[in-house]
Amino acid sequence: MRYHTPTSFSDAAKIAAGTSGTMRFLAGGTDVLVQMRAGMVQPDDLIDLKHIPGVDRIEPTPEGGWRIGIAVPGIVMGGHAALVADWPGVVEGMNLVGSTQVQGRATLAGNLCNGSPAADSVPGLIAAGATVTVTGPNGSRDIPVEQVPAGPGRTHLAKGEVISAVTLPPRGKNGGDCYLRFIPRTEMDIAVVGCAVNLRLEGDRIVEARVALGAVAPTVLLSEACAKTIIGTTLDDAALAALAKAAEGAAKPISDKRGTKEFRIDVAGVLARRAAKIAYDRAKGLKA
Amino acid sequence: MARDDVKTGYKLIGTRPNRPDGLDKVTGRARYGADFSLPGMLHAAVVRSPHAHARIVKIDASKALALDGVKAVVTRADLPTGLTGEDLNLQDNTLAGEKALYDGHAVAAVAATSALLAQDAARLIEVTYEVLPHVTDVDAAMAPGAPVIREGVADYSVPEGMHGNVARYMEFGHGDVEAGFAAADIVRAHTYKTEATHQGYIEPHAAVGQLGEDGRGEMWVCTQGHWYIRRMSAAVLGIEAANLRVTPSEIGGGFGGKTTIFMEPLTLALSKKAGGRPVKLVMSRSEVLRATGPTASASMDVKIGMKKDGTITAGQVYFRMQGGAFPGMSPIGEALPCAFACYDIPALKHEAVEVIANRPKAAAYRAPGSPMAAFAVESMVDEMCRELKLDPIEVRLKNGATNGSKSSYGPVYTMIGLKETLEAAKAHPNYKVALGPNQGRGVASGFWFNHGGETSVTLAVGEDGTATVMIGTPDIGGSRASIGLMVAETLGIPYENVRVNVVETGALGVNEPTHGSRATFASGKAAVEAARQAMAEMCRRAAADWGIDADAVEWKDGAAHPAGPNAGKFPPMSIGEIGGKMGSTGGPISGHHEVTAGGYGASFGTHVVDVEVDPETGRTTVLRYLVVQDAGTAIHPAYVEGQYQGGAAQGIGWALNEEYVYGADGRLQNPIFLDYRIPVASDLPMIDTVIVEVPNPGHPYGVRGVGETGITPPLPAIAAAIAGATGARIRSLPCTPPKVLAAIKANRA
Amino acid sequence: MSKIHVTTTVNGDTVEFLAEPRETLLDALRNQLDLTGTKEGCGTGDCGACSVTVDGTLVCSCLMLAAEANGKRVETIEGMAKEELHPLQRKFIEHAALQCGFCTPGILVAAKALLERNPDPTDTEVRYWLAGNLCRCTGYDKIIRAVQDAAAEMRQEHRGAA
Repeated sequence: MRYHTPTSFSDAAKIAAGTSGTMRFLAGGTDVLVQMRAGMVQPDDLIDLKHIPGVDRIEPTPEGGWRIGIAVPGIVMGGHAALVADWPGVVEGMNLVGSTQVQGRATLAGNLCNGSPAADSVPGLIAAGATVTVTGPNGSRDIPVEQVPAGPGRTHLAKGEVISAVTLPPRGKNGGDCYLRFIPRTEMDIAVVGCAVNLRLEGDRIVEARVALGAVAPTVLLSEACAKTIIGTTLDDAALAALAKAAEGAAKPISDKRGTKEFRIDVAGVLARRAAKIAYDRAKGLKA
Repeated sequence: MARDDVKTGYKLIGTRPNRPDGLDKVTGRARYGADFSLPGMLHAAVVRSPHAHARIVKIDASKALALDGVKAVVTRADLPTGLTGEDLNLQDNTLAGEKALYDGHAVAAVAATSALLAQDAARLIEVTYEVLPHVTDVDAAMAPGAPVIREGVADYSVPEGMHGNVARYMEFGHGDVEAGFAAADIVRAHTYKTEATHQGYIEPHAAVGQLGEDGRGEMWVCTQGHWYIRRMSAAVLGIEAANLRVTPSEIGGGFGGKTTIFMEPLTLALSKKAGGRPVKLVMSRSEVLRATGPTASASMDVKIGMKKDGTITAGQVYFRMQGGAFPGMSPIGEALPCAFACYDIPALKHEAVEVIANRPKAAAYRAPGSPMAAFAVESMVDEMCRELKLDPIEVRLKNGATNGSKSSYGPVYTMIGLKETLEAAKAHPNYKVALGPNQGRGVASGFWFNHGGETSVTLAVGEDGTATVMIGTPDIGGSRASIGLMVAETLGIPYENVRVNVVETGALGVNEPTHGSRATFASGKAAVEAARQAMAEMCRRAAADWGIDADAVEWKDGAAHPAGPNAGKFPPMSIGEIGGKMGSTGGPISGHHEVTAGGYGASFGTHVVDVEVDPETGRTTVLRYLVVQDAGTAIHPAYVEGQYQGGAAQGIGWALNEEYVYGADGRLQNPIFLDYRIPVASDLPMIDTVIVEVPNPGHPYGVRGVGETGITPPLPAIAAAIAGATGARIRSLPCTPPKVLAAIKANRA
Repeated sequence: MSKIHVTTTVNGDTVEFLAEPRETLLDALRNQLDLTGTKEGCGTGDCGACSVTVDGTLVCSCLMLAAEANGKRVETIEGMAKEELHPLQRKFIEHAALQCGFCTPGILVAAKALLERNPDPTDTEVRYWLAGNLCRCTGYDKIIRAVQDAAAEMRQEHRGAA
């Protein structure tokens, strides 16, 4: 195995494009090293991105959003008060990835590129309308987060392409987001179902909403049907019931060792309802 | 719960001093299995079957052996032939013969100059399999049409006409069961199931072995019993036990799972092939879960008759247990006697079969068989208490076994503490806390026989009056502290002046492992006897010095004293004085005791648990937990509490989330801690304990084993609490959220 | 296979070694530096027995390459006791917060990292912080008590010093 430490994303992309065997990018490493230990992946080339300047920084964008470096670990996001104030749902999703120790290493970009439909940080990013910058041998482009995953363990990134930044849009006034997941224990599990809700209010009424569901399809789902049930409402009981029903309808899960299909459908509805309430309260400025 | 017939007023017993190995363990100095290294050492890796059942057609190691740094490969062809019985089973499990019998079954092993290289080499060993039909579920394995996975496993006990996978059958009972059921007001029958679980010790198995051409070898290994390792490894490799010296490391948990061999003999076989270079082999976590010894899975029919006042008139069980692909490993022989051990019931019938299936060879796990049996019987009792609206503790007090009861499995109980645990549970504040919505309370009792076993201990007095104790039972949970306390109490010297060492196989007679809750009981009992022997010798030395009869000398407070005024007026002679001149008074002073220890005294406990269930997701939260158990005498109460709390935590895991999940392909789907879900710190509340002390007359200080019983009641107690919270009864463990939610929905419909 | 030259600070000492590119920090600590106090319980970041801090951040050393430690400051269980035991170490012994002791180094390193961030945590905060440190022997009860007792003592000392 060759271990590379490029100091720019264009160099990283060039090295990646030039590899012929198995290649992996290394940010936090909390997935890649597990796969190597299990013998699932034996990379010929490992490209460590942490030597690229700026990858460990969280910076405000000129538009009023946030640009998060691809090597920023969860624990740093959780400690960034201004980011947490803007996007508590995004941060709580990331902070649910693994243990305290894993939080010391794991990153948004890594969680996204691992391609798991159960990735805890991804629904929050999608609901927030986050984008990623993809750098390849021929330059960079920005794409919405939901366009990255292609299925379990796969992404739409081409050979030689690497995510070089994650960008969150401006929070805007009267907004709130939330991510909830269901796991059998209190910690250390993979989400059986995850749900993120991001919404914005005018007065008591929801004027914008995005709802993303995790672990109920081959990729994290952005459900317009769910969002529609609450836009224009004050999140009254009827709206919550419609949201739950829409989430159940949107969920297309499988039965596996972590949960049955029926269970996942039920819990998708429950979590959508609960997450929407918290996001609504946050948008109202209520502590939740 | 002090009793008048018990000697109290101990100076040291019942105190909580620091454990002797504590400093090493908080500084990282303690050496566990994987921490040993030797000059010239090689590292090994194992090739394992990815199939649940397959004929091994061909093993080609040529590519592995061609790698620079690869020194040896062993397959079954390198092991001796002609073994029979359990020795053959052990050999078959160490390396597969004609067939791989479960996912993870070892097929070959390789030694190389680094661990990474050994793993590379293992991947290059090509094994050709012919995949065969498999079966992993206990009921499916004995259903008509299930593939017979090994011919001729049935022993003499199996009745004609049973499936070829049935390996053993047993039955016993007493009284007229049918008459008992006829006399009952209600008779209920249900089937309960428990999935296989793993001990889940955090330290993976590890060993360093060295074996020369001359058939002499050594091994450093993490184990609960190094004489077992010696005997079993010697048998598998065809060498003599005396030529294998086994030294135990500190052990990172065992819970029964480290009482046998898995990969240990491979270190020796590889070493011999590599010219006698030492070989280290450390299992990965997935190897531990796939290929060591989980517990059996069980399917259990229970029928009980009860009168409206709670009197149990008769009970009947039929247990089916699967302990992997080898006979003799499912704990039917323990589960059946444990089933009704907490009760005094006039008519009982017990029946069980052991079935083999394409799963790893089961090993002991904390009170083997008892948790499953308790889940079935205690759940049934709880269901009937709820139906008749009876208090579960009162019903157990009414029917519970007591001193003089003839146990469900034969012997008469002499001095037991079941009712004391029930009374203490009833009186505890936890039993009176008011429950909120979606909350429920469960109660269950549990039992373990305890164990004595082969024990050999030596104590040597030092020149400065300190004492060194050599024991053969590895210390997993603080037994060196407890044994040190008992020896210091006996000799009348400070605890700090006693050092207890776990010594290698060359230093003592044969010792059984630390299993069955025997270490503090049996090694402690033998250590006290050894101390008494040394005391008698020291009295003789003092008598000789004083020129009086040895009978006229007594030992107290760490010194020889003239026994009464007639013996003469001599100042006490301390252990330090006697030790300081022992060379000139007759030579070294020691005591030694060896015994197959009896009198171990049965163990009973009662647990009370409150849970809250999320009615929308089926998720269970344990709100509060109480363990009440009879310790006989708590030598070091902190480590007694630790056993209670640890047992309860394992039982909670078994009840809620832990299980072996096999796919349709017969492969284990959850061989990592991510998916084999043992309780994490945030899953549990504080675990309250009450130590009941009904001293065991079979031990000089009244000790009963305390390790096992605690894992037993949580299984039924949690299911009972969930039933209380939701109205839905889970009869198949674990009580996973999908299962609980489905039961809640079915209950509503 | 060419090895990588790694220079790092471990428990205050500068050390150098040659690492295989795929060698983890855990393996390097144990096999190259003879610091076997850091344990491997799973190799997948699920048990926390391999906990160390790197530049002050708590991590699983099994989930980090040795090469990634180049230029970093690594602290392991072996560096925890200075002239005398750290209060956490002492309290773990006093409270019988260990049975087999295999998870203990990782838990102590993790608990120390917690108390440096939060000197006065609630029980729930301790439990969630330590959720990635599996203990199979104790049921966690005495561990939580030992951490809280050590935290109280450290707060007392801190007040005394201030």
